[in-house]
Amino acid sequence: MSNLVLIAGPETLLIDRAVDRVLRSARESAEDLEVIRIAATTYTAGELTLQASPSLFGGDKLILVRDLDEAVDDLVTDLDTYLSAPAPDVALVVTHKGGQRAKRILDALKKAGAETVDAPAIKSDRDKSEFVLAELSAAGRTARPDAVHALVDAVGKDLRELAAACQQLISDTHGVIDLDLVTTYHAGKVEATGFRVADAAVAGNTGEALRLLRHAFAVGVDPVPIVAVLASQLRQLVKVDAAGRGRSADIARQVGLAPWQVDKARRVLGGWDSEGLGRSIQAVAAADFEVKGGGRDPEYAVERAVLTITRERRRH
Amino acid sequence: MSVWDDVVGQEQAVAVLDRAVREPESMTHAWLFTGPPGSGRSNAARAFAAALQCASAGCGTCRECRTAMDGTHADVTIVATEGLSIKVKEARELVQEAARRPSLGRWRVVIIEDADRLTEQAADALLKALEEPTPRTVWMLCTPSPEDVLVTVRSRTRAVRLRTPAAADVAALLHRRDGIDLSMALYAARAAQSHIGLARRLARDDGARTRRHEILTLASRIRTVGDAVAAAALIASIADEEGESSSAERDAAERARLLETLGADPGARTQPPHIRSQLKALEDDQKVRAKRFARDMVDRALIDLLSIYRDALVSAAHAPVELVNADHRGVVDQLRSTLSPEEILHAMDAIGQARERIDANVPPLLALEAMAVSLRLPR
Ligand SMILES: [Zn+2]
Repeated sequence: MSNLVLIAGPETLLIDRAVDRVLRSARESAEDLEVIRIAATTYTAGELTLQASPSLFGGDKLILVRDLDEAVDDLVTDLDTYLSAPAPDVALVVTHKGGQRAKRILDALKKAGAETVDAPAIKSDRDKSEFVLAELSAAGRTARPDAVHALVDAVGKDLRELAAACQQLISDTHGVIDLDLVTTYHAGKVEATGFRVADAAVAGNTGEALRLLRHAFAVGVDPVPIVAVLASQLRQLVKVDAAGRGRSADIARQVGLAPWQVDKARRVLGGWDSEGLGRSIQAVAAADFEVKGGGRDPEYAVERAVLTITRERRRH
Repeated sequence: MSVWDDVVGQEQAVAVLDRAVREPESMTHAWLFTGPPGSGRSNAARAFAAALQCASAGCGTCRECRTAMDGTHADVTIVATEGLSIKVKEARELVQEAARRPSLGRWRVVIIEDADRLTEQAADALLKALEEPTPRTVWMLCTPSPEDVLVTVRSRTRAVRLRTPAAADVAALLHRRDGIDLSMALYAARAAQSHIGLARRLARDDGARTRRHEILTLASRIRTVGDAVAAAALIASIADEEGESSSAERDAAERARLLETLGADPGARTQPPHIRSQLKALEDDQKVRAKRFARDMVDRALIDLLSIYRDALVSAAHAPVELVNADHRGVVDQLRSTLSPEEILHAMDAIGQARERIDANVPPLLALEAMAVSLRLPR
């Protein structure tokens, strides 16, 4: 590895991966490597010189400066000075998301022979499809084009989610990845999962609700949005229940829902009374509190809320 | 007249501070003003600063006194954050400033109004200045409770503990200082539970009184789960309203001021990157503040709601205590006659639980709904 590394480009996932890779390889060649992280936005003058000076106990050092594009002027000045005579036993790794800020440091790094790693933006669906194929092929896997499209459609808004989805498909499935597989796993966005859990729960379908919930947790879905959907579904039921009789369209306007949501709520309400809805809301609020750090086992907290909901539903 | 006139209901604290002004051996270089929100911490610190600058220990009328009190004295620096955190850079600048000799006053004073918002790094930066005092420099930190600052900071400051002033004292202050009619002042002081700033807003702002009325009467209107969900939505929207009206103008002013400081053209369609990044940082801070403010408003509404149940409990026990909500006697009586003391306590617990949950980041609406379900009156 070169003593100077520049990781440049707007895609933060790629930056993170490059940083991990550099750190891993540096640690392989120096076991007691000391990694020093310098915060670009709160940097104070002189910190770099201090950190780059030889340590009391010897040993290798790696200085990691992230987000140079947000750096304060002092850091830019100090880096400039440092690069005119870099310390031989110190590795310097710099990341830069783009823009003109601290551009001269980028030039100085390149002039000093820094190894450069690109982190290009992955924006268009085509970029994303290529990204998916690359992820899969790195693991020796292939996918049908329609499967790749479906995956990008389902979770492509966030590159990190897309990467996680690829990892999940790689580890959970075998063979060529086709459309069926992708739909099974990712029909499947976070909200969609939450809605399916909520639908099953308010319908009193304990088995289905728990199965969906456990699957969601198993693939790393965050409990927070699931709880949020449970709460909003119960809220809708209460509002439609309280609105009483009347045409769906009128009720919809009155409570701020779409007419089809009112119809759906009315069908579900057949199995409910308001007491049960009240207790269910309280259970969901308690679960949210536990998920936000008030409890030790967030997943169990959500599961218990779902069980409370299905039990309240079954009283009728 | 004296600078201490407006520091109401704090005889003990004033005695300590006054002695420090008059006797050099009672003076020290760093003070920590603590007390519940609205007790007048920052006011007390300003009065102390004025008394230190004044040739006659705080006459309240001379130029030194007046400028120190209104924050324009050249040797008195007042740091007011209004919800943003105080970052290390700011703290370092303060330390530098504090190291300078007073320009014309007797002391150089630095007042930090929300010392609880110092980041850990910022507090560390201050620590050096507190450890090695500059001869004519005084630090005054204000926080709700001593635990709000690092123990290292706490141990290097002298504590001045303010208490919740009596409603009558707050009312007298509003009457004298702000010219508010005495009966209105008394109503507002009681309703705000002696929170000075809040009492003033209640006394002056019709809207604030209406919003309080809506919150309090909710207690007597929730009968069904549907009512409960509607009541929760109402509390949340009242808090939003309050938050929006107070922040929009200030956000725009801060943005304009930042652009001016950076020498940027406020009319430019796009700003250069270093200005954009500063604007983004400001906007992020403002978002955090707006969220915190809305939360504070919900909490305030819940404190109001709690007070009416407390009134019901007090009145059920025939305790000889003045009601906080004497102006909502009807609601108090209704709660007392429909709920047993145990049920009232249960309702109060539900409100306390909602406050705790919101504090832990549960969406306010959900926490309020769960609470309101517990507040239903028997049908
Ligand atoms: Zn004076």
